[in-house]
Amino acid sequence: MITLNNVGKSYDTRRGSRSVLCDINLKVGKSQKIGILGRNGAGKSTLVRILGGTERPTYGTVERSMSVSWPLAFSGGFQGSLTGFDNLRFICRVYGADIDTATRFVEDFSELGAYFREPVKTYSAGMRARLAFALSMAIEFDCYLIDEVLLVGDTRFHEKCHNELFEKRKDRALVLVSHMAEQIRAHCETFFVLHAGRIEQFDDVDEAYEYYEKNG
Amino acid sequence: MEARHSTSLTRSLAIQSRVIGALLMREIITRYGRHNIGFMWLFAEPMLFTLAIVGLWTASRATHGSNIPIVAFAVTGYSSILLWRNSALRCTKAIVPNLSLLVHRNITVLDVFVARILLEVAGGIMSFIILSTAFIALGWMAMPVDVFKIVQALLLLSWFALSLSLIIGAITELSEVLDRFWHPTVYILFPLSGAVFMVDWLPKDLQSYVLWLPMVHGVEMLRSGYFGPGVVTHYSVSYQMLMNFVLLLIGLFLVDKAGRQVIPE
Repeated sequence: MITLNNVGKSYDTRRGSRSVLCDINLKVGKSQKIGILGRNGAGKSTLVRILGGTERPTYGTVERSMSVSWPLAFSGGFQGSLTGFDNLRFICRVYGADIDTATRFVEDFSELGAYFREPVKTYSAGMRARLAFALSMAIEFDCYLIDEVLLVGDTRFHEKCHNELFEKRKDRALVLVSHMAEQIRAHCETFFVLHAGRIEQFDDVDEAYEYYEKNG
Repeated sequence: MEARHSTSLTRSLAIQSRVIGALLMREIITRYGRHNIGFMWLFAEPMLFTLAIVGLWTASRATHGSNIPIVAFAVTGYSSILLWRNSALRCTKAIVPNLSLLVHRNITVLDVFVARILLEVAGGIMSFIILSTAFIALGWMAMPVDVFKIVQALLLLSWFALSLSLIIGAITELSEVLDRFWHPTVYILFPLSGAVFMVDWLPKDLQSYVLWLPMVHGVEMLRSGYFGPGVVTHYSVSYQMLMNFVLLLIGLFLVDKAGRQVIPE
């Protein structure tokens, strides 16, 4: 379970403090699939980072009683001089996971071949994305946080990712934020709209979409 | 006002040391690479610098109003500067290149700094040990008199390096202006830090001012350990410890402040 109790976040800008999230109350239960719809700049990424504990809220409390992934980015910020393998070892050490098991998985899944042991700066954009996705699947979490589903690689690889995340990990919780109603319809069961820093729950995705459109 | 953590202290410590270990390994690879002599640069770099200074001083026959052995004087002085100067330097603007790592909840700004400081301090101490051993073997330097005191002095200086570097790392993150101020400050501190003089050579009234600087005590203690009672030194272990502690508290406070401002990529 992740619980946000009356959470707010504001950033200091040159024109004073700007509030991004206000009074957010949200519970993410075991294997619950939550979709949050919001426009660019609605505070979606900030909300995901607060859920994941990457950022601290300005006020309110966050409780986490299950393991939560980092906000999965399908492009990934990599240090160019490190190899794919170095990055994997780093992630494993940080999360206390077994390096050999993870290596077998990532080598197989990412299809990088010999490039896995070459510096990331020699990778194409598609190869980086494949590495980033494979790394985020190498560590098991109870809840995955996803900031927009970006299609990785070609159709076949895209299907593989879909299978790995949404089929094999059906029993896990998921929080997906997006500005695309279709993604949320496809993967979620509980629907929210984030608008002007406030969050609102809807019974079905069409109602949510209607509200989202009206407040655009 | 806080994110609530239900993690126990011992578990937190275990996570923290795992994270710092991972960052250390990463730093070693990104800084020194796999090619050439790689990780050897950790001590080869300071070694080259010390050799250059020894060379210059020997060539110019610089007499410092004392018959102190110049090689040992340079090695002890420069090594002690290396400890705090390099680690502070490696902490300036250290957050931006590591922003993408901060998406991992368990990696904090403090961990990033501590990993870099540990690496620099280890490099500085290693270079001191290797250089001293090499010079002693060559007969350029005498054997140290009190190894235990040397170890204590190095620990105190490393602690000072940690405290100072946390402050500098946080400050350069919090303010562009203070970042600009730090660089000239280093140049002023360099000659004042006790590395290029013995406190006893200074006039009495100047001595009391110089002894306000915490690292002067560490350097004097290091030399007292190296040269023994034959050389007059002025230092206070309790003053160095008190300053280290106060600076550490300020450093931790500022790092926490900086950590709240950082927005991970």
